[in-house]
Amino acid sequence: MTEMYRSQKSIDTDPILDVRNLTVTYRTGQGLVYTVRDVSLQIAAGEIYGLVGESGSGKSTLARAIVRYLADNGQINSGSIKLGNTDLLTLPMSKMQKIWGSRITMVHQDPAAAVNPSITIGEQIAEVARLHLHMSSSQAREKALEMLRKMRMPDPESVAKRYAHQLSGGMLQRVVIAIALTTNPELLIMDEPTTSLDVTTEAAILDLVRELLTEYNMAVLFITHNLGVVANICNRVGVMYAGEIMEEGTVRQVFNHKLHPYTRGLLGCLPKVTNDKRNVSLSAIPGFIPRMNHLPSGCIFGPRCKLVEDDCQAERPSQVEAEAGHFTACRRWEALQSNPDLLMDVQQVRDMDEHEEGPLVFTASNIKKYFDVTASGFDSLFKQSGTEIKAVDDVSVGVRGGFTLGVVGESGCGKTTFARCIAGLEEATSGKMELEGQLLPYTVAKRTSAQKKRIQMVFQNPDASLNPHYTIGDSVSRPFVLMGDLSKEEIQMRVKELFSAVNLPEDYINRLPHELSGGEKQRIAIARAMASEPTMILCDEPLSSLDVSVQAALINLLIKLQDSSKISYLFISHDLAAVRYISDWVAVMYLGRICEIGSSEDVFLPPYHPYTEALLSAIPVPDPDVQQERIRLEGNVPSPIDLPSGCRFHTRCPRKIGEICEAQEPPWQDVSDHHQICCHITLDELRTMQSEVIVGQADTLREVR
Amino acid sequence: MATYILRRFGSILVIVFLASLIIFSITQFLPGDVAQLVLGQFATEEAIANLREEYGLNNPFYIQYLDWAVNFVQGDWGNSLVSRMPVFPMVMSRLRNSAMLAVVVLMLYVPFGILLGVLAALKRDKWPDQIITTISMMFVALPVFVSSLLLIPLFCHFLGWLPANSSILPDSTFGEALPYLILPAIAVALNSLGYVARMTRAGTIDVLRTDYVRAAYLKGLPRRQVLVRHALRNALLPTITIIAMDAGMMIGGMLVAEVVFGYPGLGRLLLYGMQNQDLPLIQACSMVAVALLCLANLIADLLYGLLNPRIRVK
Ligand code: SF4
Ligand code: SF4
Repeated sequence: MTEMYRSQKSIDTDPILDVRNLTVTYRTGQGLVYTVRDVSLQIAAGEIYGLVGESGSGKSTLARAIVRYLADNGQINSGSIKLGNTDLLTLPMSKMQKIWGSRITMVHQDPAAAVNPSITIGEQIAEVARLHLHMSSSQAREKALEMLRKMRMPDPESVAKRYAHQLSGGMLQRVVIAIALTTNPELLIMDEPTTSLDVTTEAAILDLVRELLTEYNMAVLFITHNLGVVANICNRVGVMYAGEIMEEGTVRQVFNHKLHPYTRGLLGCLPKVTNDKRNVSLSAIPGFIPRMNHLPSGCIFGPRCKLVEDDCQAERPSQVEAEAGHFTACRRWEALQSNPDLLMDVQQVRDMDEHEEGPLVFTASNIKKYFDVTASGFDSLFKQSGTEIKAVDDVSVGVRGGFTLGVVGESGCGKTTFARCIAGLEEATSGKMELEGQLLPYTVAKRTSAQKKRIQMVFQNPDASLNPHYTIGDSVSRPFVLMGDLSKEEIQMRVKELFSAVNLPEDYINRLPHELSGGEKQRIAIARAMASEPTMILCDEPLSSLDVSVQAALINLLIKLQDSSKISYLFISHDLAAVRYISDWVAVMYLGRICEIGSSEDVFLPPYHPYTEALLSAIPVPDPDVQQERIRLEGNVPSPIDLPSGCRFHTRCPRKIGEICEAQEPPWQDVSDHHQICCHITLDELRTMQSEVIVGQADTLREVR
Repeated sequence: MATYILRRFGSILVIVFLASLIIFSITQFLPGDVAQLVLGQFATEEAIANLREEYGLNNPFYIQYLDWAVNFVQGDWGNSLVSRMPVFPMVMSRLRNSAMLAVVVLMLYVPFGILLGVLAALKRDKWPDQIITTISMMFVALPVFVSSLLLIPLFCHFLGWLPANSSILPDSTFGEALPYLILPAIAVALNSLGYVARMTRAGTIDVLRTDYVRAAYLKGLPRRQVLVRHALRNALLPTITIIAMDAGMMIGGMLVAEVVFGYPGLGRLLLYGMQNQDLPLIQACSMVAVALLCLANLIADLLYGLLNPRIRVK
């Protein structure tokens, strides 16, 4: 049936990749699992097709099926895959191998893992040129340099001679892209190519891919979970859910009209850089992605859909072409089309008064954490001794009761080390911490049990804090047992209260951690942290291992708990939108120092610190109509062993004004009430040179309001 | 690089020094009086006293040690108490023989161990893997003297291919010695072969799972090239470490095999020295063994660095 609609879809030219009615299964202990079901997609030359979906949506399986590189237990059951005029599914494996690396190339998620650690970079490009382009060794070497140059790699000659461990993640991803483009393939498959990179690096890589596409006229299948990235780089997009494509169309069609409840759900859960917790609440999608071996009947999104009706469950809805080139697999698309706010109106204004500033509950003054790199044992023989890593260098913050201080920065900026110093897991080198007026010792071991209770931590990986052999009820009750002043019944009561506070059903109490999803485990981690009624919870990237629909629920939970128990958060994240949304105050960190701090509205409006400005301009905004200033950072983050003189940002600062930046540490300038920027450029000059980095989204927001 | 090797040599010197202290003290505190040993049961009190004086046995411990150490460093390793011959040439000729044996042992187990390990990894969980894994487990569990006792009847008495007794003339050439070397070498090699095969299997399986091997396949490289160029080089790193760490085991195994097969190597010399409480001989043999161990570790580290650019020193 799908076929019928598909045949109407005309792309001007013949598609390079033509996948029709593809079904992929895995043999597992629980029988045959249909991971990809009846999926069709076409990609033309010069087109970037974004395939978005949460984990478990089958998007990577689809990519592997296209290149016929499935795991041993995977199998393509039906459908066809054509590359130009070649039918890939009927090819013998030996012929397929000839297509790999020449007509189809792939770029994977983690560039550090995809580059062989013991072969030089140049050689890894050259070997492809020798194999597929039949070049001689010297021609291939020349080709490798040419490719590196095309990737805008600084100093390609020396890079070609280096090894993977000597390059940064961003540079490695350029290398992988260089390898992929060497043979000028017809189809390039990129599987989460920027997921493991920092936002500024991600933005640079996306720019590069966009530019390269004007030169290489190929089809690109771009797989990602990040709607922002899709809006940024793709021409067309397919939204995948539990093995099927729910909606497909041009980026504008899908993002503006959103003719499937799942698409609306996904976009509704994303915090936006222009929103905060006071003006909108996020709408999480209820429920979970169904397990592939227990699929619901009819529409697979039915159990989580607010528009579901009886007919939806009777039969799987077929894809309908709602407008030219825009397909949706929802029976009720007309209702969605006629009412653009349907399902989106849950983004209502949250009723939160500008609450009074609570008293300062925690202050950290001039915290420093230096690591000695006098490596021990075998490694010490290779490294210089006596060097220091200044992970956190003179950071001061204050946290008020019932408030959230967000700390943003890219990996390596020291934000996690800072949190670990506060938690006492890392011994600060110097500085002073005060909790509710009391001096806080550096390490957990020296803190009183009362102090330990007052500060709790939630980690990125919830598994880290859960014992796999204890039921989660035991894990949550442990803090109470340790306190020792509650009876068994009272503890039971408290645990039940906590479970309901974090929206988990009571019967979960007896489950083991492995029976829980990632989001549920993170709820347990939060419940545990809440158990001792802390003053402050340090949340270290608590959302980053979770899917967007789960993130939204967790953000809402954190805000609800804060509202009811006046708890303070130190919220650490690389996700500016999430930080902006949840925080009252934001500190921007770079190389161990804070460079801008202020209320979250102020920090996200000009004047910005040049680094904040660059970060904001790098955020992939999930809206194709948004105007975004394009400021890109050059080079890599310098090593914290060898910090730049003067302003630490001067090696990459796009607004650097001259020698003063290299010679002198910049002064702190007060913009307004507590909003401070650390830069040599005066505030007035900053104001004149900067405009709002992200424009457009705010307007749509105002309309909604 | 040079400074690294120098540093390593420095640390080896320290280790050898500490070992010499231990070896010297243990031999000094062995039961029995040296002078008595030398002169026999019926020596007069006076003769013994004279000899003690001559050997410096009445001096305090550290002076005795210093004397010994200074002489030792200069190549004067003393005379055997039993044969009265200088120890140095004796040890050296035996060392040469042991080295010949070691070469054969290494040539047996390194290539075959790696080959079996890679094969098992490639045929993971299929019958070749199961057989190789089982056999290598058996080999690992097999002490050298047991394998010797199993090999001798099989190859010598039953098949009659190889001589059971390896007591060659002390200065035979490698060619002459080779037939006599094979059986003891196999006995020693089996044990290490098991280790190497298992390590290589594990290392290869890990590497085959990596993204870069997948990327190499998807570059369209032929399977052989993926394995040899992209996988093995990384897979063999842990194996090299194992081979080096195994050097101690190998030296121990050789000692046993030399005794069982009557091969005139360092091990048998050491045993001979122990049986006769021939202190200078014991000291010399032990010191050589310690030095060899250190050297083997150094070579393994250098090789590892050479193969692994991550720790290669510029
Ligand atoms: S078909 Fe029905 S259940 Fe499925 S998404 Fe549309 S309205 Fe919801
Ligand atoms: S001080 Fe100079 S280098 Fe630093 S952020 Fe300001 S302009 Fe850029």
